Amino acid sequence: MATLIQGETIASDNWQLFEGGATRWLSVGEDGLVPDFPDEADLIVPLALLKVRGTELLERSGRTGVVLEPNEDPAALAAWVEHLALVAVRFPKFGDGRGYSIARLLRERYGYRGELRAVGDVLRDQLLFMKRSGFDSFSLREDQDPDEALAAFNELSEEYQASTTQPQPLFRRRQAHEARAA
Amino acid sequence: MYLYDEIDQRIVDERVAQFRDQTRRFLAGKLSEEEFRALRLRNGLYIQRYAPMLRIAIPYGIVSSRQLRKLAHIARTYDRGYGHFSTRQNLQLNWPKLEDVPEILAELATVQMHAIQTSGNCVRNITTDHFAGIAPDEVVDSLVWCEILRQWSTFHPEFTYLPRKFKIAISGSPADRAATGVHDIGLLALRNDAGEVGFRVLVGGGLGRAPMVGHVIRQFLPWRHLLTYIEAILRVYNRHGRRDNIHKARIKVLVKEQGPQAFREEVDAEWAHLENGSATLTAEEVERVAARFTRPQYEDLPTEQAERASHSPVFWSWLRRNVHPHRVPGYAAVTLSLKKTGVPPGDLTSGQMDAVAGLADTYSFGELRVTHEQNLVLADVRQRDLLALWSEAKRLGLATPNIGLLTNIIACPGGDFCSLANARSIPVAEAIQRRFDDLDHVFDIGELDLNISGCMNACGHHHVGHIGILGVDKNGEEWYQIEVGGSQTRVPAAPAALGRVIGRSFAAEEVPDAIERLIEVYLERRDSDAERFVDVVHRIGVAPFKERVYGNADPRRDNRERQLAAV
Repeated sequence: MATLIQGETIASDNWQLFEGGATRWLSVGEDGLVPDFPDEADLIVPLALLKVRGTELLERSGRTGVVLEPNEDPAALAAWVEHLALVAVRFPKFGDGRGYSIARLLRERYGYRGELRAVGDVLRDQLLFMKRSGFDSFSLREDQDPDEALAAFNELSEEYQASTTQPQPLFRRRQAHEARAA
Repeated sequence: MYLYDEIDQRIVDERVAQFRDQTRRFLAGKLSEEEFRALRLRNGLYIQRYAPMLRIAIPYGIVSSRQLRKLAHIARTYDRGYGHFSTRQNLQLNWPKLEDVPEILAELATVQMHAIQTSGNCVRNITTDHFAGIAPDEVVDSLVWCEILRQWSTFHPEFTYLPRKFKIAISGSPADRAATGVHDIGLLALRNDAGEVGFRVLVGGGLGRAPMVGHVIRQFLPWRHLLTYIEAILRVYNRHGRRDNIHKARIKVLVKEQGPQAFREEVDAEWAHLENGSATLTAEEVERVAARFTRPQYEDLPTEQAERASHSPVFWSWLRRNVHPHRVPGYAAVTLSLKKTGVPPGDLTSGQMDAVAGLADTYSFGELRVTHEQNLVLADVRQRDLLALWSEAKRLGLATPNIGLLTNIIACPGGDFCSLANARSIPVAEAIQRRFDDLDHVFDIGELDLNISGCMNACGHHHVGHIGILGVDKNGEEWYQIEVGGSQTRVPAAPAALGRVIGRSFAAEEVPDAIERLIEVYLERRDSDAERFVDVVHRIGVAPFKERVYGNADPRRDNRERQLAAV
């Protein structure tokens, strides 16, 4: 099972990621009914499923999260951000950087404050940039060494840009610092 | 030049440690080839035809004598005693060892240098006019803006894994010596009627296999909004640029597919959220960065007029071609030509680097600039020192008076070094230089940019050469396609023009003949020597050139062509 890093420590949780089988939950079964969701489970569902059966999902006793594919528009979650306990963003390949923009948009434009998790091809050497873009949990690819991965967060101590974790760019912080010093 | 403060230094130092660890993990088998590739590339390290190649950043082309001595030392200690200046104003080492690279980076960091983002799918070295800050026609000194963008782009978390590489150029002068029209983003600095500084923003230009001239998406962007507006462009590109096909992944394809107007609207919609956000620049920050630049302490000097009669014709030629006007009276800028016949264009030995560093200390406040034409510029030379500088440069083989002329050939490293190349560039450049070895003739031909790329990635900028040569592979043999009519600038209207192919390609040994025929047509058809080669091509079209070049083709090669076609 993939290691999970939450904040900057190794963690575990019970979230279940619905990998691909969304259509099962959108079509009528042999009994003539759309199947019910498990009531207690913490479920991460595809966006399509959330759009169609979101209210029902959220009324369960288990928590509900959603997974965004890199081609999906985070604006679609604007109405849901208050209700979701987790948003996962998939990185199909570590070199596919769309998820970084999605994360910033969720945090900075749509005001999402819950857990934001990177899933898929999540590697140690991308963690720091993911964190700065707003992710706070990371489901590492299975072969990744968890202890080595934790070191990644401290490799670069300063950043020039405004980012999700550092809303003021360095030049504004420098100015504030110099103004205080003066 | 810009001097690092403690934070700038720390960022570079931490990057060295980070890359050292990445290299260690790769050598220990903990990082796959593919994963390490993405990491090493964004630190300028390629695996090339014979050995790794390390591309060292020379931000916007400015290098101090101290840094150049360090580069000489590195080339001597870790490589074969020479380096190659590229068209991106960087320095490439062709023979370093992978295991040595962390140590090389550590040495670079001691002189405020690095190899950050010199490759990979991220924002690359920002390039600008090599006469920035000294050109009489300059509206804005672009160096400060280059440094602001360098800091902003360094490890930008959102834009480290773009669909493809991303190149930004800034020009502070309407003459646009930075070729802003052929960059992913081109910024042309200007002042509005109120005297405020802003930028004309072009997007979607580029060379490579589908060359395009950029589209203006904003006529005047006030300077405060520079970073937020570029972030809006990059966010649109990062989210919507194509990732399914590496050849369609540059922003120019997105702009073309969406249409410039629709693209602009999308950027504006994104920018509406970012405008006036915390990344909005402040006057204090611009002043802070400007104040960290060392500036020459110019003396009060009279303008000196050299007397033609009193000097040798060669010195006179050098004054005409390699010496450029300066905004401060009594000073001039001097190009040291790295285009001596027989030397690969842009190459400099460690010994020459040390000597050139000495020239910079003696004559130009200890600073040099690398040009995208692969030459070096001493930007602040007293006019009264020109003769002395010329004799020293001549002794070093760096005074060939060919700047702006046919033999000032831009060439990529080509098949002699590069694993991407289809054909060699350096021997073709040399053969052309040898054919045009009569300086008077070259002067008579006048201004002519001849650019050679060894493959369609176009590192030699062949599309914007007045004459462009492209190496192509035909059944394992090296052939060369010739274009005419390209132009890096067409002052003051269009920012750039792309060349047109004249016809079927040539074997290497036929290239000098073909060039000679093109020149014959030009000399016969020009209105006067004020009409340049490229102007004649634009006036009379490609047909007369084509007829001359192919009209008396060698039947032997026609046979060979047929044989190849039959294979």
